[in-house]
Amino acid sequence: MGVDTNIRLIVEQVLAEMNQTAKGAVDGSVIPRQPVTSEEQAEFTDDYLDDLAGIDLQRYLQVPKPVNAELYKDMKLATPSRIGVWRTGVRPLTDTLLRFRADHAMAQDSVLGEVPEKFAAQYNMVPVVTKCSSKDEYLTRPDLGRLLDAENIEILRKQCEKGVKVQVVVADGLSSKAVEANIPNLLPAMIQGLNSMGIAVGTTIFVKYARVGIMDVIGEELKPEVVIILLGERPGLGTGESMSAYIGYNARRGMLESERTVVSNIHKGGLPSAEAGAHLADLLKRILDAKATGVNFK
Amino acid sequence: MKLKTRLMGQSFSFKSVKEVLAKANEIKSGDILAGIAAENAAERIAAKYVLSQLTLEDLRNNPVVPLEADEVSRIIDNDVNEPVYRSIKNWSVAELRQYILGANTVHDDLHRISRGLTPEMVAAAAKLMSNLDLVVGARKIRNIAHCNTTVGVPGCLAARLQPNHPTDGVDGILASVREGLAYGVGDAVIGLNPVDDTLPAVIRSLETLYQFVQEWEIPTQICVLAHITTQLRAVQKGAPVDLLFQSIAGTEAGNKAFGIDSQILDEAYAAGLKEGRATGPNIMYFETGQGSELSAEAHHNADQVTLEARCYGLARHYKPFLVNTVVGFIGPEYLYDTRQVTRAGLEDHFMGKLTGLPMGVDACYTNHMKADQNDIENLAVLLTAAGCTYFMGIPMGDDVMLNYQTTSYHDISALREVYDRRPLPEFENWAERMGIMRDGKLTPKAGDATIFTK
Repeated sequence: MGVDTNIRLIVEQVLAEMNQTAKGAVDGSVIPRQPVTSEEQAEFTDDYLDDLAGIDLQRYLQVPKPVNAELYKDMKLATPSRIGVWRTGVRPLTDTLLRFRADHAMAQDSVLGEVPEKFAAQYNMVPVVTKCSSKDEYLTRPDLGRLLDAENIEILRKQCEKGVKVQVVVADGLSSKAVEANIPNLLPAMIQGLNSMGIAVGTTIFVKYARVGIMDVIGEELKPEVVIILLGERPGLGTGESMSAYIGYNARRGMLESERTVVSNIHKGGLPSAEAGAHLADLLKRILDAKATGVNFK
Repeated sequence: MKLKTRLMGQSFSFKSVKEVLAKANEIKSGDILAGIAAENAAERIAAKYVLSQLTLEDLRNNPVVPLEADEVSRIIDNDVNEPVYRSIKNWSVAELRQYILGANTVHDDLHRISRGLTPEMVAAAAKLMSNLDLVVGARKIRNIAHCNTTVGVPGCLAARLQPNHPTDGVDGILASVREGLAYGVGDAVIGLNPVDDTLPAVIRSLETLYQFVQEWEIPTQICVLAHITTQLRAVQKGAPVDLLFQSIAGTEAGNKAFGIDSQILDEAYAAGLKEGRATGPNIMYFETGQGSELSAEAHHNADQVTLEARCYGLARHYKPFLVNTVVGFIGPEYLYDTRQVTRAGLEDHFMGKLTGLPMGVDACYTNHMKADQNDIENLAVLLTAAGCTYFMGIPMGDDVMLNYQTTSYHDISALREVYDRRPLPEFENWAERMGIMRDGKLTPKAGDATIFTK
């Protein structure tokens, strides 16, 4: 498909340079195709088209004759943004548009996915669930995603230590894929980092269908000095694995959003998970020293 | 003041102006979440009818949050021009709607009454309007502001170039800046949302943008959309700040959740005028969006349309250069689907314009909403018809840092072409000199970011 596109682009370029109006040049650039006969239509081959999502966008430069191709290649490697995509008139090329739609389709599907049942046990986490009973309720009722019922609070009371220095909470949030992708590296790195600084960490809790505010309920119940919640962020295009950490000193009901410290963009293309673990351990140490988070922690 | 009516034989009664305002809204998931929405379609229309018969004086006397409880209410009330208010206070909301849409009412008339309106009146008018009413009403209003360049110029459609990057990488940011400029985008502002809100990181990004704009002599303004307290410290340290940005809410408690109050805004505004690099006089940039008060539990049981109008009332106090709603960012618990986002985008744009602001819109959606790129392209088309001041411009509409989708560099060019709109004049002249545009159209060179090579 790359070759076909390039031919079309070169034609566009030539026509545009022949002093036609921009509109005419672009509209006139469609290469006529031979009509398909009914006999040809009947012949299906067993081959697949190349996977549209298999193209590494950061190495796929579509601008036909850039002033500086080397610079363009460096620019594309410096950002995951969809640059160097060129245009037909004022609109994107067909494969660019379809790849965008494919990435959106993946992101939408990862919102609806669930973290596997056995994941919590695998990482020695105590599993609880908020008052939401389904994903759709979770999406439209954030209030319920910040609450635990009596039964789940009882689980915390029985299985978690009270009054530790740092309480770690993991939550699915808006991306189950973020939990599965980041927790296996992040959690051990962070806990090891904290332990090496002599900071006591409680039993990690896994909360299903949770909003950030669930940390306030857990804070009030278990009274740790600091709560950190690691939560799947709403997916971007092609970044369904992004996770954020929200940290609250003396977390309690009625805590303001501005009192939380946030570290976002934890994923392969942003802050990788193992690095994030080390960074968060260090940050938690500084928070414990300053006895504050959010706007009170500078 | 009558808060009861019969409609099609049914009786409806409301306890307060605030309840009437809430129930008169078009359906929004946020109002349902707050427990204040109309129970059914008939009650919604009954509330609209009751609202239509209230006077503007009734609305001024019944702000959705009382003056004694909220500094936003006090700032708004203090800013009302009394002679203008006295000349219109006996109008019903029905009359206000008809005045706005009337054939003989032109821009200057709307600009004049704007100074006598409170957000509750502005929101009330919007609640009585159909989507096309909101387009027709907003289209009449021209609000012009000046920072380094002039925004809101008739016949123009501007764009914020939003070069966000997942780690604030300098080369990555500049790559998106170059690409956007090559599409004629960036005339409203080159505005970066930083990942890292610390002072050294924010200063580094400000200097990166400033130096690039200086090097290529681009007539625009720059902004790094950190928390305003960080920007304040940056400007005090002599960093190159044109515009000071902050997200704002329509209640004091909502602003507290954003870590601000009027004192902080006053201080930043004064520092920006004194220490900032911009020509001015308009140097503030605000973002808003329906639902932010409720998400901070700071809504005082008021509806999200009225609270949004109060953001504009607060914004007006600081004579901003740019204000935009981020209309699909907040999620399905406040705006459930395309239909609700479209309605909210048209409402916000109209209300901002009627409040006197150079109003833009971030027509966007997140991946947990029932919306896609087609839907926001539709909204952008409607808003351009309504005379929207500016949109966001992002590579293919994909924000790789904030993880949402908005309008693209291509979309800005397409909207300008469809509606025969131009970039802001100084910027268009620059784009012609650079060979990117000719007679308001992209040239064959446009779209190649490496024309910015020396």
